[in-house]
Amino acid sequence: MDSTIIIEKSVIILVVFGITMLMAMYSTLAERKVAAWLQDRIGPNRAGKGGLLQPLADGLKLFSKEEFEPDTPNRFLFFAGPALAMTTALMTSAVIPWGDHFHLFGRDIILQATDIDVALLYLIGVMSIGVYGIMIGGWASNNKFSLIGAVRAASQMISYEVAMGLSLIALLMMTGTLSLREISLQQSGMNWNVFYQPLSFLIFLICAFAETNRTPFDLAECETELIGGYHTEYSSMKMGFYLFAEYANMFISSTILAVLFFGGYNYPGMSWAVENWGVNFANVLGIVALFIKICGFIFLYMWVRWTIPRFRYDQLMHLGWRILIPLSIVNIIITGIVILRAEIAIYLGF
Amino acid sequence: MSTILIIFCVLAAVTIATAFLTIFSRNPIHSALYLVICFFSIAGHYLLLNSQFLAIVHIIVYSGAIMILFLFTIMLMNLNKENEVHKPRITRLGAIVSFCLICIVLILVFINSKPIVGEYITTGEDYQSIKVLGKVLLNEYMVPFEFASILLLVAMIGTVLLSKKEKTEK
Repeated sequence: MDSTIIIEKSVIILVVFGITMLMAMYSTLAERKVAAWLQDRIGPNRAGKGGLLQPLADGLKLFSKEEFEPDTPNRFLFFAGPALAMTTALMTSAVIPWGDHFHLFGRDIILQATDIDVALLYLIGVMSIGVYGIMIGGWASNNKFSLIGAVRAASQMISYEVAMGLSLIALLMMTGTLSLREISLQQSGMNWNVFYQPLSFLIFLICAFAETNRTPFDLAECETELIGGYHTEYSSMKMGFYLFAEYANMFISSTILAVLFFGGYNYPGMSWAVENWGVNFANVLGIVALFIKICGFIFLYMWVRWTIPRFRYDQLMHLGWRILIPLSIVNIIITGIVILRAEIAIYLGF
Repeated sequence: MSTILIIFCVLAAVTIATAFLTIFSRNPIHSALYLVICFFSIAGHYLLLNSQFLAIVHIIVYSGAIMILFLFTIMLMNLNKENEVHKPRITRLGAIVSFCLICIVLILVFINSKPIVGEYITTGEDYQSIKVLGKVLLNEYMVPFEFASILLLVAMIGTVLLSKKEKTEK
């Protein structure tokens, strides 16, 4: 019994790891293709059929480049920076429910690495320690531009974490649970949270853009002011890790958006499919539905990147502290009133 | 040795080692980073005690917020070894004496307080669950909980006021 669970979970973890890497890899190609499409170009089309092997070629190029190290007294921290960025980017996928369950070999296999009680808090925790990779790397580079880039990125992430957490509280009050699996189950059919909490979704979306350091909030790597931001001094695969972590983060935050607000693996008529087509096939369809939603969000990220110009730094802070945080507090109050409407009506004597 | 004991020993070693390194390392950023590792190992201790909520909140609050702000200020102040001020001898002597006094007091307290070692009775309730924790906090310990939140609110308003005052003077 014990060993089967270990095997089952290891397989799930390895598959999730592989899929995250694959998605991050092909997001780089997709980004260039989408950019090309939006700017009326063709984009990379030399490696493989229609440029399909481009990510592999990029990886090979990064691996074979010269590894340059700046003259820094903190060599260990310089190496630890990209490693930490990549680790935190991959850690989040542990609590995400990729599907309901399969029925294989006479037992139910839950498609989730772990179903902890505090999954939502775990997500916030991993996001909050995601800053370390950037800060340590930027500081250990021993370069003023890197340090300014790192401090910018970190202060932006801290500021938007507040609004993000507050927007999740409104969602939490409605769902009454922190477990992502239960949140997914509650959204079966078309009961998606986005219809009940549109404001919370909007705030979370904006904060997710800021957390992944993507345009319009990519001030950390504002080329005209800061050269390359916190990864100015990095080269070869260490640089590759930073870029890769950004795409892995993008994939993961798209997944979180899909799971929390867009029903996760649920699709209309899933219960009907379970009855008529069997559990396994219905859940394969569920995973496909989840990945369609994720790809939609990844496309949104790219679409925004190539459409909206970068914010100024004071505008960014203004938006975070003076607009999003009060808005999410108002959202919490409204959610509370709606939840307690029956009690309030009795209290007021209606 | 059971697995849990091994994990506990490793965690305890990491906690103590990083706590000492925090004090002894010369570079302020290194010592802040050691403190972060120390906080993580303390979160590990909480997990060993079956309290997921406390572990995660500890990571969010200490490692995720407080230590990042610490690192921030240290990085921006750019402290160097040359800036380090040598304390006069009398201060060091005072520190050693007060440390010894605190040690004696603590040891006496631990010797004289007779901790009640009793058996916990399992009621079948899931103490890892946040629902149980929340119900206990907001039903049985409602008043202390509210007092704690008022204290936090006052601290927050106080900080905002303090940081605002400087601006108006300019």
